[in-house]
Amino acid sequence: MRPVMTEDDLARATRRIAHEIVERNHGLEDVLILGIPTRGKPFADRIAVALSEIEGRTIVAGSLDIGMYRDDLDTRPRTRIGPTEIPEPLDGKVVILADDVLFTGRTIRAALDALADIGRPAAVQLAVVVDRGHRQLPIRADYVGKNIPTAATEHVAVRFSEIDDEDGVWMMNGGDS
Amino acid sequence: MRHFLTTEGMDRTELEDLLDEADAFSEVLTRPIPKVPALRGKTVATMFFEPSTRTRMSFEKAAKALSADTMSFSPSTSSLSKGESLKDTALTVRAMGVDLMVVRHKETGAPWRLAEWLDIPIVNGGDGAHQHPTQALLDCLTIRQRFGSLDGLEIAIVGDIRHSRVARSDIFAMATLGASVTLVGPRTLLPIDPEAWPVTISHDLDAVLDRLDVVYLLRVQTERGGGSVFPSLPEYTERYGMTDRRFARLKSDAIVLHPGPMNRGVEISHDVADHERALILQQVTNGVAARMAVLFQLLGGDHDA
Repeated sequence: MRPVMTEDDLARATRRIAHEIVERNHGLEDVLILGIPTRGKPFADRIAVALSEIEGRTIVAGSLDIGMYRDDLDTRPRTRIGPTEIPEPLDGKVVILADDVLFTGRTIRAALDALADIGRPAAVQLAVVVDRGHRQLPIRADYVGKNIPTAATEHVAVRFSEIDDEDGVWMMNGGDS
Repeated sequence: MRHFLTTEGMDRTELEDLLDEADAFSEVLTRPIPKVPALRGKTVATMFFEPSTRTRMSFEKAAKALSADTMSFSPSTSSLSKGESLKDTALTVRAMGVDLMVVRHKETGAPWRLAEWLDIPIVNGGDGAHQHPTQALLDCLTIRQRFGSLDGLEIAIVGDIRHSRVARSDIFAMATLGASVTLVGPRTLLPIDPEAWPVTISHDLDAVLDRLDVVYLLRVQTERGGGSVFPSLPEYTERYGMTDRRFARLKSDAIVLHPGPMNRGVEISHDVADHERALILQQVTNGVAARMAVLFQLLGGDHDA
């Protein structure tokens, strides 16, 4: 197991992404942040905290579970269904999806399907802690904490103290666990 | 979980996992498009060998909200009337390409027999006076949404417990989730050997009324009225009915539940039935979410992977 982002790296990347979101959207008037459970949610919460500091008002992130939208339900171990909480109607909003690792892109495809059932955002943007490559679908991230080239057999673990008791990003070989 | 047959023997984690997922599905049902693709391509058959409208409709709505296809079987229009056995009927429907069966049958244990004969998940939609586990799930979901948890709650189940599969399922689920369950009714309608159950017994509703958080009223099976096991309906109402006077004595946040269909004026008064703390329609709504959770646990994903 090899560390690739420290606690401080993660905090700096989160603050930078918050600034990029404000810059790109000319403020936060119509922006709504949704984390994809499990570890997209604490990432979304931290972006929301950073945005609150920048804007001087409280910004709350929601969550969007995609367990009911996966296209591989038949072939992978069943994951738990997490909560979906949309803090305000997303019609006409710029929705920023937040997730920990961007890999094949299938999670994001499922999230786009889920969003379409809930409403019609004006635009959807994607923020991830790590982009590790190996895309299987034409999906890219708008905000990236760190690009990490990986072998398909490797594993990237993003940890948040809310869930894992520590902050940071680690790489593991296929054999590690 | 390979089948969903009974709440007896389920552990707390299994029940809470189902309730957590049912909460997630409750949110789906409030969306403008209350449907998710989770079970696309799967087929659910409702095999109701005993008449039922609401439970069948609830299962069908749950399956459709998960994008599964549904088929239904009714004994009156089927070959059962030509003498085909339960086993042959089930195998025939299975051979059409069914991924899960929901079974209701007047004989205790029928869903277990089908689980032996078939290679697909079976959900018990009610067998005899034995079990009706999805009803218990939706009841616990309704209580948990109101109080946050069942831990330490005082729950009374009132009425004809001896003939009630709803009561049998609720008792085990509620006790496992941490509630204290009291069965209230005349001696003739209480179980013969309640020692085996995690409950206390009372024959006097008025004596326990003050401490209750939840009053669960069972339907009076009026077709039994006047028989030797049953008092007259006015006598039942007098001793065990949720009258306006009794409702006024309940704690200010206590709730009233009923599995339906209600006999207004018998086990529940007109005004109590329409009171905001009678969560009877919320139970019906929760039934769809609870059944979605069961179908999704049994059909969503590869359990051996």
